[in-house]
Amino acid sequence: MATHAGGLTATRPVRVQGLVRGFGERTVLDGLDLEVGAGEFVALLGRSGSGKSTLLRALAGLDGDVTGSGLVDVPENSSVVFQDARLLPWQRVLDNVVLGLRGSAAPERGRAALAEVGLAGRERAWPSELSGGEQQRVALARALVSEPELLLADEPFGALDALTRLRMHDLLRELCARHRPAVLLVTHDVDEAVTLADRVLLLDAGRVAVDLAIDLPAPRSHRQPQFLAYRESLLRALGVDQTEG
Amino acid sequence: MTASVLARPRAAATAPARKPRRRLKPGRPIPFGAALGPFLLLAVWAVGSAAGWLDSRTLSAPWTVVTTASDLVADGRLQDNLAISAQRAGLGLAIGTVIGTVLALIAGLSRWGEAILDGPIQIKRAIPALALVPLLILWLGIGEQMKVTTITLGVLVPVYIHTHNGLRSIDSRYVELGESLRLRRAVFLRRIVLPGALPGFLLGMRFAVVGAWLALVVVEQINSTSGIGYMMELARQYGQTDVIIVGLVLYGLLGLLSDGAVRLAQRRALSWRRTLAD
Ligand SMILES: Nc1ncnc2c1ncn2[C@@H]1O[C@H](COP(=O)(O)OP(=O)(O)OP(=O)(O)O)[C@@H](O)[C@H]1O
Ligand SMILES: [Mg+2]
Repeated sequence: MATHAGGLTATRPVRVQGLVRGFGERTVLDGLDLEVGAGEFVALLGRSGSGKSTLLRALAGLDGDVTGSGLVDVPENSSVVFQDARLLPWQRVLDNVVLGLRGSAAPERGRAALAEVGLAGRERAWPSELSGGEQQRVALARALVSEPELLLADEPFGALDALTRLRMHDLLRELCARHRPAVLLVTHDVDEAVTLADRVLLLDAGRVAVDLAIDLPAPRSHRQPQFLAYRESLLRALGVDQTEG
Repeated sequence: MTASVLARPRAAATAPARKPRRRLKPGRPIPFGAALGPFLLLAVWAVGSAAGWLDSRTLSAPWTVVTTASDLVADGRLQDNLAISAQRAGLGLAIGTVIGTVLALIAGLSRWGEAILDGPIQIKRAIPALALVPLLILWLGIGEQMKVTTITLGVLVPVYIHTHNGLRSIDSRYVELGESLRLRRAVFLRRIVLPGALPGFLLGMRFAVVGAWLALVVVEQINSTSGIGYMMELARQYGQTDVIIVGLVLYGLLGLLSDGAVRLAQRRALSWRRTLAD
């Protein structure tokens, strides 16, 4: 089930085999296998506490102090978008975007990235002067300005209101179409997963329990019957009772 | 109570529907409010002197102090002593700030540094600068070296404590961000650690400038032959309260000015912050 339409299976930027992670007595990830193809958009669903963030942090190399084993093969050039925008409050917006860049072309690239997320002209603003959605757009610009092969995002839109979140979906889709990074997006929102992803994974008991390729034509919406079918099967796998919907 | 409010018909269309919400802020600032207290004090002093309630041997009249000050300026004593005092305080402040900051960085960025440095500095903090003066005199004599060293020791401690605390309280999420962006150590220091510790450092500086003037008073009134403290000590021997008051006013002004300078630097450097005070 790992292959899907698109023929991008030749190179696999992300390869995880037998990943084990635990905290104290508790094993959170228990021999997890995962592959993500180049330019593939994968959404990761799972109950709260199922280990989504733990997996993402393992891929990002941010869990140096955690015990575990397994093979993790990810590109050197990968970026992380956190749930909070995590901008440095003492740096202006542009300096935040180019924080990880080197070289004299950095400001130019930063400006271009800001323009891409619709924030041209706000380069000299302080992060505290931006709205929540704008801050998260700056974080997106910061993640994409280095042209990563892999984008790791942990509920990046979780703190935004519904309308802003829809706008961010469009923006993310656009940016991914242009930059073609492989994406692993952690979310608890089934609709978000079905709207954005080429493939939806469901994490349960420390492993990938469901691996579902989403094969839907371009403007995805609730009006498509298959959309609802995907949605329903994922909700069922999550153990959500469908009688109220 | 609610019932009576409900029962009473609305008195007039213009009357507010209910009491305005109670403000938790202290209210609008009074123009020149900061000058009000000192001005009142000055007025009481002037009236007391004019009416003869204050003996001039106890407390000279304000106008006597002013003429004394201009006499001292005219014969150059005031400027000379002030220059020497300012030089001592400035030197001690500069050296103490550098040492305190460097020690805070070492202790804040390495576990070994913290283990080795933090204890001794906490011990030094518990010993007043004055208590060290006898020892420093034995070691360094009564010259400039001893004076500047005493001031340096007084400055170093608050700079260290507050900068170290600032470093320690940098949000670990920013450290994680730095790791995720694979920042080099130098960039991490310049973009995350130093700006993150800046508020703590500047708070330390506010204590440090006050500490520098305090230490100055101490070292200038023992075994000194120059400086404002010496000028005041001499005046005590001759019973010149006017000169003593000129010295006190000078100390006060210097303290206020240097604190104001640090606060200005604070406002400039921390313009990204929005707090209750703004
Ligand atoms: N630093 C930690 N120390 C101890 N236990 C931890 C730590 N981080 C996570 N855990 C535990 O590991 C499990 C998985 O946590 P994780 O954050 O990966 O869940 P999640 O799937 O991201 O949940 P959510 O959807 O609520 O964000 C949880 O039971 C959590 O209590
Ligand atoms: Mg999580």
